[in-house]
Amino acid sequence: MEALLTAAFLSSLLTGAIVAGIPLLLAGLGEQMSEKAGVLNIGIEGMMLAGAYLGFLTAWTSSSIWLGFLGGIAGGILVAALMALLCVVLRLNQIVIGIALTLGVEGMTALLHHFQFSRTYPRLPAPDRVDLPFLTDIPVLGPSLFGRHPLVYLALISVLVLAFLYRRTNLGLTLRAAGEKPAALDVAGGHVIAIRSAAVLFTGGMAGLGGAYMANIGAGLFIPYMTGGAGFIGIVLAMLARGRPLWVLAGALIFGAALSLTTALQVAGSNIPTDVIQMLPFAAVMLVLVIWGRRARLPAALGVGYERGAR
Amino acid sequence: MSASSELDDAAPAQSPRRSSRWLQRFVLVTLGPILAALVVSGIVLLLFGVDPLEYYGYVVRRGLLSSLGLQQTATRMAPLLFLAAGLIVAFRAGLWNLGVDGQFLLGAVAAAALAPSLVDILPGWAMLVAGFCVAALVGALWSVVPALLRAYQGVNEIITTLMMTFLGVSLANVLVKLVFLDPTTTVPQTRTLPVPDRMPRLFDTTISSGMIWGILAVLAVHLMMTRTAFGLRLRTVGANPHAAAHAGLNVPLLTVAVFAISAGFAGLAGASEVLGVTGNIQADWNPAYGLMVIPLVFLARFHGVGSIILIFLYSTLLIGAESAARRVGVPQDFTLVLVSSLLILLALAEWLDARRSWTES
Repeated sequence: MEALLTAAFLSSLLTGAIVAGIPLLLAGLGEQMSEKAGVLNIGIEGMMLAGAYLGFLTAWTSSSIWLGFLGGIAGGILVAALMALLCVVLRLNQIVIGIALTLGVEGMTALLHHFQFSRTYPRLPAPDRVDLPFLTDIPVLGPSLFGRHPLVYLALISVLVLAFLYRRTNLGLTLRAAGEKPAALDVAGGHVIAIRSAAVLFTGGMAGLGGAYMANIGAGLFIPYMTGGAGFIGIVLAMLARGRPLWVLAGALIFGAALSLTTALQVAGSNIPTDVIQMLPFAAVMLVLVIWGRRARLPAALGVGYERGAR
Repeated sequence: MSASSELDDAAPAQSPRRSSRWLQRFVLVTLGPILAALVVSGIVLLLFGVDPLEYYGYVVRRGLLSSLGLQQTATRMAPLLFLAAGLIVAFRAGLWNLGVDGQFLLGAVAAAALAPSLVDILPGWAMLVAGFCVAALVGALWSVVPALLRAYQGVNEIITTLMMTFLGVSLANVLVKLVFLDPTTTVPQTRTLPVPDRMPRLFDTTISSGMIWGILAVLAVHLMMTRTAFGLRLRTVGANPHAAAHAGLNVPLLTVAVFAISAGFAGLAGASEVLGVTGNIQADWNPAYGLMVIPLVFLARFHGVGSIILIFLYSTLLIGAESAARRVGVPQDFTLVLVSSLLILLALAEWLDARRSWTES
């Protein structure tokens, strides 16, 4: 047990929690917006992957990691636009279209990767970091927490911004109305379809950014299927958080830590099999659901397309 | 997409006018999207500098027209059919069992662990039956938590079944690598069931008899859901759980039953792959058939015969594409693009069809 508490172990665990947790945080925050507005966005895995591919492609061709992030956002929004058109405007089944979009993006990006990169396997240079003065010098915590890429801090700030948006603004109320009682919002003069479409596009942007973070900072390259279920974890985080952005942050860090525990334990010289550790976050979620399941509340009109005048 | 079967109503009618309407509808809702998806995916191939006609031609020749290819196609159908049987039950009852991959893998592990140790004790057929039964039981057990949460706490089953799949995949790996590891080989895998002890092959071919059982399973499920009182109850729960409760049905109990049946079939699918084809499980094996069968069952609108036909076509595509990856230089991932565009176009066609019949009436 003492070996587990070394500085190297804690440092690699914290670093891992952040590196693996930030994409989950972005995906979870994005999904939360869609769910609030009444759209169950199962296509988020595809949006992340599109963001990872396009984000890497832009970063690689422009040699600018920031343009890469914009590319990632664009990639996610591109898929989200399809989702908004098919599921919000035309009211097609959200689960079928979500799975279809994810499968399509998986296939397309794998093909693109095959024809573009499979011979060269280009890699991005290590990203810049922002070392916050003094704070970085704290032992163990310092380099892990305060020596990260600026995007990490932006993601953390977005948690507070979203919390404020949901709690204190009219827009937050409008979003909730679109998810709880779309007909009431319609009668009050709100535009359900526009609100829901905007929420889905926001989800796409956040998921795409999360994917681009995985490709450009986490890995430094694009690999087919590299998101590996991160989008699905994002869906779970959003459902467990019951509409609270801060809870998404807590969940993302816990999941991130669990996902990176394997590497940290290897640093500490432990020999617990990786598969056992990989089960921990999912087992924890199931336990939470078993204990507090009854209280997990979802918007009333989640997953139901809105048609004006329909009975 | 409603749970009611539209193809049942669309059976060929007597009067010529109605049959021409039926043909129109068939072209619009089924044939049209398939052709359109082939065209859309063909354009994708063109963009990558591949001749679509050459690719499609190769896939058909390899997966359907060559004797070996056809046998491989038929063998590949077995696990997909069992999965489809389970999904038809769940989807018609309005429950989203998206966790079939975990149930499939754990069923497979159970069969792989049990069968080789029973070979010397039981006669061949009894060993196979025992393997299938245990696989179904383990698959069903893996759905108990999502089922109870859904039935008595109202927790969304999409999330819980997805979670249980992630858990199940890791657990299957743990079991294969740590518990049921074959000590006599260096490859991390379970003990191998000798070829003569596996499920019999059909006639003089290499086709596993699992395909026949799979077809029977899908047909049985289809008849159960459309022709029996039990099936009607399940469909009522699927169409409107509140109305079903008012009609005196024990909705929570039926929910648990649906999950058990659905996951049990997923376990059978795993057993059919292990006892019929592979004979063992290698570490990190996860074919992830479930995520592909879900859209196929949707395309068939939860119809048994439709599912069988689509699974046959999909197996052809899989076997053809596996070989095309080597010969034509298009990675297998292309099948995902094709299935994805097919799903979206099919949903669109259904939307158009609904609008059309609405304006006509």
